[in-house]
Amino acid sequence: MPNDIRLKIKRQDSQSSTPYWQEFVLPYRPSLNVISCLMEIQRNPVDATGKKVAPVVWECNCLEEVCGACSMLINGKARQSCSALIDRLEQPVVLEPLSKFPAVRDLVIDRTVMFNNLKRVKAWINIDGTHDQGPGPRFPEKTRSWAYELSRCMTCGCCMESCPQVNPSSKFIGPTAIAQVRLMNALPNGENDAEERLAALMEPGGVAECGNAQNCERACPKEIPLLTSIAAINRQMVAKSIFGALNK
Amino acid sequence: MSAPQVLVIGGGLAGLMAAIRAAEQGATVKVFSLCAPKRSHSACAQGGINGAINTLGQGDSPKYHFEETVYGGDFLANQTVVKGFTDAAPRLIYMLDRMGVTFNRTPEGFIDLRRAGGTKFNRVAFAGGTTGQQMLYTLDEQVRKLEEKGKVEVLFPWDFMEAIIDEGGVCRGAVLQDLTTMEVKAFRGDAVIMATGGLGYLFGKSTNAIINNGSAVSALYQQKVTYANGEFIQIHPTSIPGDDKNRLMSETCRGEGGRVWVYKDGKPWYFLEEWYPNYGNLVPRDIATREIFKVCIDMKMGIDGENMVYLDLSHLDPNWLNQRLGGILDMYEIFVGDDPRKVPMKIFPTVHFTMGGLWVDEKQQTTVPGLYAAGECDYQYHGANRLGGNAMPACMYAGELAGNTSMAYIKGLDKLTADMPETAFASAQKKNAEFDASIYKMSGSENPYLLHREMGEWMTTNATVVRYNDRLQQTDDKLLELIERWKKIGVSDSTGWSNQVVPFTRQLWNMLQLSRVITLGALARNESRGAHYKPDYPERDDANWLKTTLADYTKDGPKLSYEEVDIQHVKPRPRVY
Repeated sequence: MPNDIRLKIKRQDSQSSTPYWQEFVLPYRPSLNVISCLMEIQRNPVDATGKKVAPVVWECNCLEEVCGACSMLINGKARQSCSALIDRLEQPVVLEPLSKFPAVRDLVIDRTVMFNNLKRVKAWINIDGTHDQGPGPRFPEKTRSWAYELSRCMTCGCCMESCPQVNPSSKFIGPTAIAQVRLMNALPNGENDAEERLAALMEPGGVAECGNAQNCERACPKEIPLLTSIAAINRQMVAKSIFGALNK
Repeated sequence: MSAPQVLVIGGGLAGLMAAIRAAEQGATVKVFSLCAPKRSHSACAQGGINGAINTLGQGDSPKYHFEETVYGGDFLANQTVVKGFTDAAPRLIYMLDRMGVTFNRTPEGFIDLRRAGGTKFNRVAFAGGTTGQQMLYTLDEQVRKLEEKGKVEVLFPWDFMEAIIDEGGVCRGAVLQDLTTMEVKAFRGDAVIMATGGLGYLFGKSTNAIINNGSAVSALYQQKVTYANGEFIQIHPTSIPGDDKNRLMSETCRGEGGRVWVYKDGKPWYFLEEWYPNYGNLVPRDIATREIFKVCIDMKMGIDGENMVYLDLSHLDPNWLNQRLGGILDMYEIFVGDDPRKVPMKIFPTVHFTMGGLWVDEKQQTTVPGLYAAGECDYQYHGANRLGGNAMPACMYAGELAGNTSMAYIKGLDKLTADMPETAFASAQKKNAEFDASIYKMSGSENPYLLHREMGEWMTTNATVVRYNDRLQQTDDKLLELIERWKKIGVSDSTGWSNQVVPFTRQLWNMLQLSRVITLGALARNESRGAHYKPDYPERDDANWLKTTLADYTKDGPKLSYEEVDIQHVKPRPRVY
């Protein structure tokens, strides 16, 4: 059993300042996750050389891998820090912010782009209003059960981080938004706006820019079938263009 | 004339529902949240949403839902408002369904239902084991649509500091802090709707997200807004103990056939089934929690002598389990390393839900006109104990109601805040900015995170499952000591950008004040009712204590007074399962 836990953390004081590395040594306890280590640093903000430092800044909420807040690079892999257990990680544990999003401070990044992407593809059901309209449409369990898998996307950003096509010189919308279009189009009330959502994915930065690197599905902490979803959207688009041509 | 401006504080289910309703009626809405709304704690609700839609033909109806909720809450909830939410629950489920929540289905494609505690009906509509997540995402999508239309603006991460209450005692807005730029800013609001959730973080470790710190409602309590039934804190019987938090393992595990046991004479002993032949493993949470405590602490029969019992699903079909509870079984496997489809889970009770909250009337208005509260931060739907599956319909209903009633209130105002002079807003902003600056300057020797841990340990040990008056008094003495030590905090981060220590220090002050409300409310209530249990006063005492606790802030601590409970529909009777 190790006596201590060593962490190496990439820090950055503000959006534009130069990143630097800091190391921390904490007393070992079994069954810790990365977040309990960061909490320990808050209680005793001292680096490995004994120097007092500002506690490391990071984002987290639920600590049970459903909120998607605590994404970071842990030993080079994009994942949720709440479910990253120290006992299963090689030391020193290296923590870095996700690199595909604007830095805020330390491990905090700005993922607004992902929420904006959901707006771009109109990832919502266009209901008449919240007033009483009686029961909704029936929905076969067979379809519902795969749609449910897609509805578990936490917008955590791990797929975006792992995708080579998401980079500063590309407008690629990324796997998340594409999978959400597939979800919305599969819901009984969502079909009405299916074409509009597909049209959004035909624009620059849309599904055509997927380079088929296939990293996204491996990176997804919820094992959402992103590759199948991208393929399904491609098929929906082909169907839409053929159907569109026939209708002319 | 300008559009009415509504401020919603909190982006979980109640807050988003309130925002949607207010926007639908013509308001311009600002939603402030500590995090992106999608990341709110509502995402952690697992089991599902109660509503008597009776798709399984068991003869369920809102009437039974109502009666079982009142009974489950040990008759402390005001009955007419409970009736409101239990009547509305089917409509709310249908609305969510139309919005696209992926509720599990029956073979014919209707919404499927499962069981929770305190009822014999299947009444819980669910989406796998992550129902709250699906509901939250669905409302988040609707709000995004309203954002596109320019009716709602969502701002995060922002922390609530204070309400702006004018000389006439009317709420006119709020002061908040942008947690990235650290700017303190006053916002005008013709109505302010609080939807800030529960306060599990007061207890250090709980099933709650760590943002559930009660800071916002405590700030209001310190502004003389009345807080009610603070002492009623739900302890969930089944959680996975952890170092950073205790993770929830849904009650619907038992609803789907999960069994609780420990070894006795070398064989599994299903103690809940033996002690409660009618409800078995599905007795309400307060009862299951006390019995697990009894087995572990009094009888010392926990697993390997430790404070844990088994929650067993391993006799059920793994594919069926994946369909019904998938998300949370994966979670157990990730955090513990064992597959709950194959081996029994190890669980123990932990703090889960805040039944008390800001006092509100039947329109969700607090004691301050223009200031509303909805969701877990209000006090009025669950009495002394909440039934599994009732959190989400109550907070959806309360959010919807607050959206409606706040708009009706605004229509009756002579003047909107947009037309009011700047003075009051500027001075509220200045006052809070000065307070913020004073925290930056704190240079003592105490660490706020260590103080928080100490507070949480005291609260968990003395103000949860079993309560004794001497220990509650000692806990309040401790809280007073921590309040003094708070003044000697040294702030370890002086940065004016994305600083987490400064807001945490402010929140900790608020947490300490609210902890006193819980502790002293519990100390005063000499009876046992629902989640509040005193071995020295083991019986419910309706003659003296069938009443709501009201706590009002004074500089010497909370002043407690009491109010009659609305019991006009169901006559109180002993609660026996």
